[in-house]
Order: sequence, then C-alpha cells, then structure tokens
Amino acid sequence: MNWIDIGHIDDIPLRGARLVKTPVGCIAVFRTADAEVFAASDMCPHKAGPLSDGIVHGQKVTCPLHNWVFDLNTGQALGGDQGQITTYPVRLDGGRILLDGTTVVRRSAA
Amino acid sequence: MTQKLVIIGAGMASGRMLEHLFDAAPDAYDVTLFNEEPRGNYNRIMLSPVLSGEKTFAEIVTHDAGWYAQHNVTCRFGEPVIAIDRSAKVVMGANGPVSYDKLVFGTGSSPFIIPLPGHDLEGVIAYRDLEDTERMMAMCAGNRVVIIGGGLLGLEAAAGMAARGADVTVVHIMGHLMERQLDEAAGYLLKKSLEEKGITVCLGANSKEILGKNGQVKALLLDDGTELPCDLLVMAVGIRPNVKLAQEAGLIVGRGIHVDDQLVTSDTDVLAVGECVEHGGAVFGLVAPLYDQAKVAAQTLLGQEAAFVQKSISTKLKVTGCDLFSAGDFASGEGREDVVFRDPARGIYKRLVIQENKLIGAVMYGDTADGNWFFSLIKDGADITDMRETLIFGPAYQGGATVDPLSAVAALPLDAEICGCNGICKGTIVDAIAGGATDLAAVRAMTKASASCGTCTGLVEQVMQVTLGDGFQIPAAASVCGCTDLTHEDVRRLIKAKELKSQPAVWQELGWNTPNGCHICRPAVNFYLLADWPLDYRDDPQSRFVNERKHANIQKDGTFSVVPRMWGGITNAQELRAIADAAEKYNVPTVKVTGGQRIDLLGVKSEDLPHIWADLNAAGLVSGHAYSKGLRTVKTCVGSDHCRFGTQDSTGLGIKLEKALWGSWTPHKVKLAVSGCPRNCAEATCKDVGIVCVDSGYKVGVAGAAGMDLKETLPLADVPSEQEAMDLSIAFIQLYRENAKYLDRPYKWVAKVGLDWVRERVVDDLDNRRALVERFEVSQSIYRKDPWAEHATQKAQGYAPLADLTLEAAE
Repeated sequence: MNWIDIGHIDDIPLRGARLVKTPVGCIAVFRTADAEVFAASDMCPHKAGPLSDGIVHGQKVTCPLHNWVFDLNTGQALGGDQGQITTYPVRLDGGRILLDGTTVVRRSAA
Repeated sequence: MTQKLVIIGAGMASGRMLEHLFDAAPDAYDVTLFNEEPRGNYNRIMLSPVLSGEKTFAEIVTHDAGWYAQHNVTCRFGEPVIAIDRSAKVVMGANGPVSYDKLVFGTGSSPFIIPLPGHDLEGVIAYRDLEDTERMMAMCAGNRVVIIGGGLLGLEAAAGMAARGADVTVVHIMGHLMERQLDEAAGYLLKKSLEEKGITVCLGANSKEILGKNGQVKALLLDDGTELPCDLLVMAVGIRPNVKLAQEAGLIVGRGIHVDDQLVTSDTDVLAVGECVEHGGAVFGLVAPLYDQAKVAAQTLLGQEAAFVQKSISTKLKVTGCDLFSAGDFASGEGREDVVFRDPARGIYKRLVIQENKLIGAVMYGDTADGNWFFSLIKDGADITDMRETLIFGPAYQGGATVDPLSAVAALPLDAEICGCNGICKGTIVDAIAGGATDLAAVRAMTKASASCGTCTGLVEQVMQVTLGDGFQIPAAASVCGCTDLTHEDVRRLIKAKELKSQPAVWQELGWNTPNGCHICRPAVNFYLLADWPLDYRDDPQSRFVNERKHANIQKDGTFSVVPRMWGGITNAQELRAIADAAEKYNVPTVKVTGGQRIDLLGVKSEDLPHIWADLNAAGLVSGHAYSKGLRTVKTCVGSDHCRFGTQDSTGLGIKLEKALWGSWTPHKVKLAVSGCPRNCAEATCKDVGIVCVDSGYKVGVAGAAGMDLKETLPLADVPSEQEAMDLSIAFIQLYRENAKYLDRPYKWVAKVGLDWVRERVVDDLDNRRALVERFEVSQSIYRKDPWAEHATQKAQGYAPLADLTLEAAE
C-alpha cells in the first residue's frame, strides 16, 4: 500500500462526490456519511456517465445519465442491470482522505 | 356422455373447484349446486374489508348469477339438503330429489358458539357470513361491542367496527393475542396498535356468563366479576366442520369428513373439499389449502392423477395499520436458535427461528416487507449458514442485492410463490403476461393471483413491471419509490400536517426504510420541503439531479450546456458579443438557438463552468435555468412595440413575468409565452401558462403542453389589466408549487384536480389569489437570485478535480 493524500473530507459534500484524475482514468471519491468515503471508477459501464455527478444515497450512487445504481462496497450494478465499476482502497486518517496509490499506478502499467 | 355432478355448498372451495372443472372440461358434467345461504359464492375472507368499509359486498362476489348461467349450473340456493341416499345415488333437497354420478361435499364449517349461559340471547352472533357482517356494520359511534376471541377473525371484526366508531372490547382467554400465529412480543405490539385505534383488549380473561335484558344481550360477565356492557356480542373463537349431513349419509367422519389425498371420502363417488374436510388428522380454516384442495378435487373428478399435500402456510392480518406476518414454527425449544431485531421507536419486531441451519419459523411485526422471502426459505428448507449474520435484514442484504423491490422481484425464481392464497408462482404470472395479460385485472382473471385477500397486489404489479418493463405503469396509487409505502400525495400532505421541515424529519417520522432515500424520492422530498417551508428549509444540492446541482445540462458525453437568460427573448449587441467571446475562449463546439428564444452553448467541460459563468456575469448575463424543474423561459413576440397587429406590449409583459418568476423551483419545468395578438406568434397556447393579448386585455390560458403530449391551454380567465394577468399567472404557479406531485407538469396536475378547482382558488377567490402571490414572494425572497454568480465566486472549487495524480505517477 502506498497511501496518497488526495484532500480533506470537507472538500467533498456530504452525500456527494469529487473527481480524482489518475493514470488509470478518473476516479470518483464518494462521501456517503460524515466520516465514510468510497472510491470507484468514475465511468458508468453502461454509457460512460460520470458517476461523480450522480446522486449518492446510502452506500450507493445513481448514474446521472440513465439511473443505473451501483453498490459502492462491491462496485456491482444493482437492480436488473448487469455491470461493475472498479473500486479502489481509500481510507480516512483524521480528516485526510488517503487513496491507495499502488492500485492506480499498477493498473496503468498492466 | 355428460355425467351428473351435485355439489352441496357454494363456498370458496367448491366455487374454485368448479372454475378448474369448467376450465379443463366445460362439458364433462351437468352441475347442480345446493346452497343454504340464499346467494352464490363470494370471497368470504374479504368480509373484513367489507366490515371496515374498504370494500362493498358487490366487490367481493366471485361468481354472480351470470356466471352460473353461462356454465349451465342449476342453482338451488336457499334450499337445504335433507338427506342423501348413496345406494340410489340421489340427493334429497327440500324441494325435491336429484340424482348424481358424482357428489361433492362443500358444506364448510360453522362458527363455534361457547355454550355460556345467555349464548342464545338476541345480539349474540358469530362472525361468519354476510348477515353477521351486516349486523356488525350497523354498529357505530355510541354502540358498545364485545368480541370473545383474540384470533385472526376476532381482531379483524374488532378493527372493522372500531373503524365505524363503535366502542370495542376484545376478550381473549390466552396471555397474548393471536397466540397460534404470534409470539408474545409481536402479540404485545399488536395489542398496542389496536389500543391506539381505541380498542380495549382484555387478556387472560375467562368469560362466565352473558347477561341480558328482555331477551337482548346487555353485558358480558367475566369470572373475576368484571362486567363489560355491550349492544352486540361477537363470538369468534373458532370453527367446526359441518359434518352432520355426511355422518347421516354414513360416510366416515372424524372432526371433519375423512378424505384421502384425492379428496375422495369413504365412498368412491363422493368427494369433499374445504372446511368440512379432515385430511391426515388436520382440518383447515385458511384459504390457501382450500384452494389446493379445490384444484385436486377437480382433477380427481376428471379422472386425472393429483394429490393434495399439506404445506406450511403463512398468515397476515387484514387490519390497516397492523402489519404482521408469521410463518412456520416459531416456538422456542431445544436445538432452536432465535435471531431477533427490535426497533421500539418504530414499533418493529422481527424474530427468526433457526434449527440445524435452516429457517423454520418467522414472526414479524411493523415491517413485513420481507415476509414472503422468509416464507420461501422456510418452505424450501434452504441452508442459511452463509447468510445467517444478515438474514434478518432480508433479501436486500444478501449477496449485494438491492433494496429496490423491483430488483428483488426480478431476482425471484419462476417457482417463487407470489400469491399465497391461490398458490400462484411467478412463472404462472409471467406466462399469463406473455399470453396477453397486460393489466392487473387481466392477470387476476387469468391466474387468480391477488384475487383473494389482495395483500400481494403490489407484488403482482411488480412482477408485471419487471416483465413488461416500460409497457406497464404501476397505477397512480403506487408509492414514491422502494424507500417508502407512501404515495407522493401522502408525503406532501404529511409534510404539511406534521410540519416536517427537514429531510431527517421526513425519513424518521414517515418511516423511510433507507437511511437517506434514493435518487427517486430525495429530489421529490427536497422540493416538497422547500416549497412548503421556504424560510425554514435549506435547499439541498446533494438531493438534486446533477443539472440542478451544477446549474447546467449534462450531455451524453459528460460535458455540459450553458444557456444564459434572455429576458423575454430580448438581447443586444453587448450580450451577443460576450456570448461569442465565451464560445471562443472555452472552445465551445456547438452554439445553438433554442426553442425558448435564447442561445445554448453546448459541450462545456465541468471545470470550465464557473469561469464561463464569471465571464457571462461580467456582461450582465445570468443563468437561464435551462436545466431546472423551475421557471424556464417566457417566450414573446414583439407586440405593440413594432408589430402592426400587436394589441398590447407582449414583450414588456413577458419580461416583467420572467423577472418576477425566475429562480423559482416548481414540481416540473414551467414554460410561459405571451403573444401580442391572436395570431399567436409566440405559440402561447401550448405553454404551461400562455397569455394571448387582445384589444380588450389579456386571455390567460394554463395547462398546455407540447412535449410528450400535445395539449392546447385551457382558458383560466380573461382580464383587462396587465397587473391582473401577472397576478393570475403567479397565483397559478404558486398553487401548482404547493399541490402538485413532483414531476407532474401543470397539464397533468390540472387534469387531476380539475380546472374548476384551480379557478375557484386563483380566479374567483381574490383573497386567496393575493395570499398565493404573497407566499410566492416569500419564497422568491430566497430563490430569486443568480446561482451562477454564487457558484462562480464561492463554489468554483467543487467543479475542478479534487486531486490530479497523473503528474505524480509520471514522476
């Protein structure tokens, strides 16, 4: 693990998301509760909608283009839709958000 | 050759048997049907909704005279059967004999009357048939009723009469209500709910004597000396199979008429179905096994192989507001483990009983949504080891499934039971839909699913939606979404009535089943709150669709479109120059003139939005709200300023309206237009609010549409002055904001409430019109502002990436 500080928890609105640009593409970092964050690919597998622009509810996000819903724990599409977004290890240290740098770099090399 | 079939008793079981028989072989039998009640078959388990007033008797009749006539059934209703001569194969009716090849007993059961002293007084009844129901329906405010028996039937009777205003007391001999279906904790919650409905519950109470006066019931005396005064006493303590006739005919009878797996009695030409039957030592009172019997009996009559098998059954109580469910065996015991979940504040209790890694019983109170899922685990004897930890939270928490009820339904296997009463599984419903049943009534007709007690109606509709997709809309009474059972109308009403002024208050007080809603309900609730409490509630951008959160329209490639406001469609060289400069500076790929008389810059990147807005603001341009469920545009023609036909200053009125209305949030988008003469160049007659100027003043029309539907505006009123035209428009929009369902355009809302209803409030009642305009102004004191300016100066950061790791990775 190589934890990279990507910002402060308050930089993300509660029940909202922000974008992080990485070598493996855009990653959305979601804040689902006061001190709960998830990271996943920003791109909906359906029609490439930007998930960081979706409505965040519970531990889920709804794609703004066609309302696909993803579980942020697993990245699995819910309901009748078939698909998955890549999830990335992320954690909080105090108020700082740390993203695992090895995953975003290693994948780019692969 | 057609054989002769005689049936004694027109009940739910024999009626269902006839349906199966006629479906399979319409001409196999010539049928004679005896019934002591002077009417045909109705859905007896729906008597409780009749009692509570939720249904009428006509609605629960399952076979009317026409049905019998259509199938050539000889009906001998109101005529008792005197005797049966099995050697001669003749049934002796009171009005004459009839011979048979096959005879079916459907004599049902009689309510058990405890032989207390005074049980034969006038006013002591059972709860069994329509006559009893009608007696109970006569009870209202001022009447006192005592019910002996705290089981399913007694409690439905109690709730029904309490709903009619009667003062109801339930006397139950056991320590808790519905002890055969519920454990103590659930019984306690049920008692509490009933007491909240004004019903008195006496537990552990032994009845001693029924007291009367002049032959009329007066009170029930308990053995502890308590006297419970009453005008009506209902005994609902159980049923006994009607076996007298069968016994006299020499058939083998125990508690009920003995039948084998084919429903044949000790005489091979005589069958029996329903509550009069004893099979494998058991008698039956609930509807599901009776229907199973009916099917098997019909097959036996047709010489087909079939066997009746007793299945475990589940129970629901048909009392509004008392949500309970129980299934299987829920007694504690050696080797059995309990999993319990309680939420006292919400009155929720769930208990699962597990034995050898299998679910064997479930009791739920307050939240029974997962009942059918638990029931299928019990029936299937599924191994629950892997999901034991989260089992009690239901299917939504197993293997990443979702709380969306539709997906839960989609995930059900085809053999999953949907309608417990009729034993209809999902596959049968799906087949019926494939066979052309595209509405609920057709599915009911073809499969019987949800045609008995009706509690599975929602589930059947969900199966239809999953199967038909967009081709099927769940009827308007559907709930907002899977997070709640409430409808939009309920939610709007409760937000006002309970003065709920925050989202957490709505989730908690209205019992949302998700922590903070979903993408369907949250935008609606956010709107309702800000419309009803403009000064108390703060708009939540995170509950808005991205367009309204980012004040621009998302495009299919994730870029955005930017539309500055042009008041009444009027612009000038300086504004056009600023737009042109912005288009060049931000490499805008497409510049388009819109239908709402302004200019759209398409293909702007999210991070550029605050900057392009700042540039446009500098030229005096503000947001055009082309993205909002709110005021969009006021389209105008040039009117009397330039046009030789113009009658009034339509452009000027359009600009005034737009300046008054802009920034306001509405249930759906709102578009206006003002035309300067009846030639109507601004196309005002297909707008949400459209004004056509004439020489004598202004014709204000509302509820037009030119989108999914095409509708001409309806005339709201003709007024002489510009101010009145403005007030009418604003009052109409405020009425719409306060009352419409989220995502209903004005034309849909007006179709629901009626134009007259709107006119009364907006046109006729001047005080109300003024009050509406004032409330709109209060709201506009918060929302009439340019969101672009605010975001460009204070929130620009949120539009850029939180971090850029592409550079670090390259190092």
